[in-house]
Amino acid sequence: MALELNIIATEPMIDEKIILAILMTVSIGAVAGYLGTLMLSKRMSLVGGPLGHLTLPGITLALLYGFDVSIGAFIMLILGILVIWFFEKRTRLPIEALTAIVFTSSVAIAFLFLPSEEVELALIGNISQITASTAFISMAFSVLAFLIVRQIYKKMVFIAVSEDLAKSEKINVDRINLIYLLTVAVVIGLGIRIVGSLLTAAIVAIPAATSRNLSVNMKQYAYGGAIAGGLAGILGIIAYQLFSIPAGLAVIISSSALFLFSVVFKKT
Amino acid sequence: MKNDNFALQVKNLTVELNNQKIIKNLTFEVKRGETLVVLGPNGAGKTTLLRALLGVIPYQGEITWSVKNISYLPPNELLQRREILPLTVEDFYSLKEISGNRIIDSLQSVGLEKNTLKKRIAHLSTGQFQRLNIAWALADKPDTLLFDEPTSGIDIGGTETIYSLLHNFWEQYKLTIILVTHDLSVVWEHADNVLCINKKGLCYGVPKKMLTTENLQQLYGVGVKYYRHGTYDR
Repeated sequence: MALELNIIATEPMIDEKIILAILMTVSIGAVAGYLGTLMLSKRMSLVGGPLGHLTLPGITLALLYGFDVSIGAFIMLILGILVIWFFEKRTRLPIEALTAIVFTSSVAIAFLFLPSEEVELALIGNISQITASTAFISMAFSVLAFLIVRQIYKKMVFIAVSEDLAKSEKINVDRINLIYLLTVAVVIGLGIRIVGSLLTAAIVAIPAATSRNLSVNMKQYAYGGAIAGGLAGILGIIAYQLFSIPAGLAVIISSSALFLFSVVFKKT
Repeated sequence: MKNDNFALQVKNLTVELNNQKIIKNLTFEVKRGETLVVLGPNGAGKTTLLRALLGVIPYQGEITWSVKNISYLPPNELLQRREILPLTVEDFYSLKEISGNRIIDSLQSVGLEKNTLKKRIAHLSTGQFQRLNIAWALADKPDTLLFDEPTSGIDIGGTETIYSLLHNFWEQYKLTIILVTHDLSVVWEHADNVLCINKKGLCYGVPKKMLTTENLQQLYGVGVKYYRHGTYDR
């Protein structure tokens, strides 16, 4: 109670930045949760982690040269995915080993150049400097990514059930997978705005797992992921404002709390 | 060369995966309305053959389909992730854009009840799931069915049910069926022609002539003998 009074006394209850932060976090959280349900069905939830780490050199460059971190992150993601794809073609090593090589190298290189005062921002995110334009651009990309995922959702489920079956039904599996991977890159690029590069796996993995526990059919599962991700965003920003903890961490902890709730009320 | 009497013509088919020839120089034909059983031991290339026929893997040689609407069903165990996705029977049909009464009709055609619709496919028994698969494969009224081991993991009673279901559909819809199995009794009861393969084609023709002890020994190895039970002839 004392804490609430203190906040009311020193800051306006809801300012423009908080509304922008909520809108941005909810939209990114929702699309990440929605996409996360597909990633879970492909057993790719943890991939969000290394992909997030891959963005670190891009974020470093963005911070050094003053451009948007998501643009830096997205460029690095595309570059990283292409490098992994090239190494795989050349060496036939498993993708997971190559991903480990590429992401750890990129983290090491990034830390050589990352200004020490920016480490926390790069690793766990910071939404306090949010501007209206970044918030609206992030929302626009989130909506776009959402529409793309909705477009490919059924086909991706079909591929997850059986790739041969999907191909026999004339689904262009390679094309759909490429669209899916690009969307993953966009969503991870957006996600680092909230949770930084260290914890991106959380925004795709946790809401999807929560939704899986509470849903009884595909539609509930898909949109449940979006709702769990969006709700974690709102709760996270509220916690951020109430307790002055980093927003990214607050979003993830809120998401984990929702997951724990889902474990208790799990549907069979 | 396309010939409308045939649903499928295959000429000199060779499939190579990971620098290994899985199928060598295979030639055969399937007439419209015919049931061809592809017989062979594990690892003989039966599934690879079906995948090549569907065009989902690269191959050399000629594969000419004269039919358009082909439905494929992979082996039960290859239908992945049943547990991860909370897919209901209704969701499963929605992947083929089939909904409403068409689903119920389809379910009833294989003896599944209406209330199966909302059930999760992960909660169905193996037998129910395979019946669902058959119904699902037939739901968009194909003229040709490609089935890979439709009774894997099902007990003998269930196996008979599955094959008699398939036989009924074959009669009702004049289907062309290509069926992969290692179950010899299926050949006697349901096949017009049999294609025995073990990497290459070892025999091809009507079962009565092809399923000789000599051919079977060549196919499965020394010591295999098949005693034919029953007298069902087609």
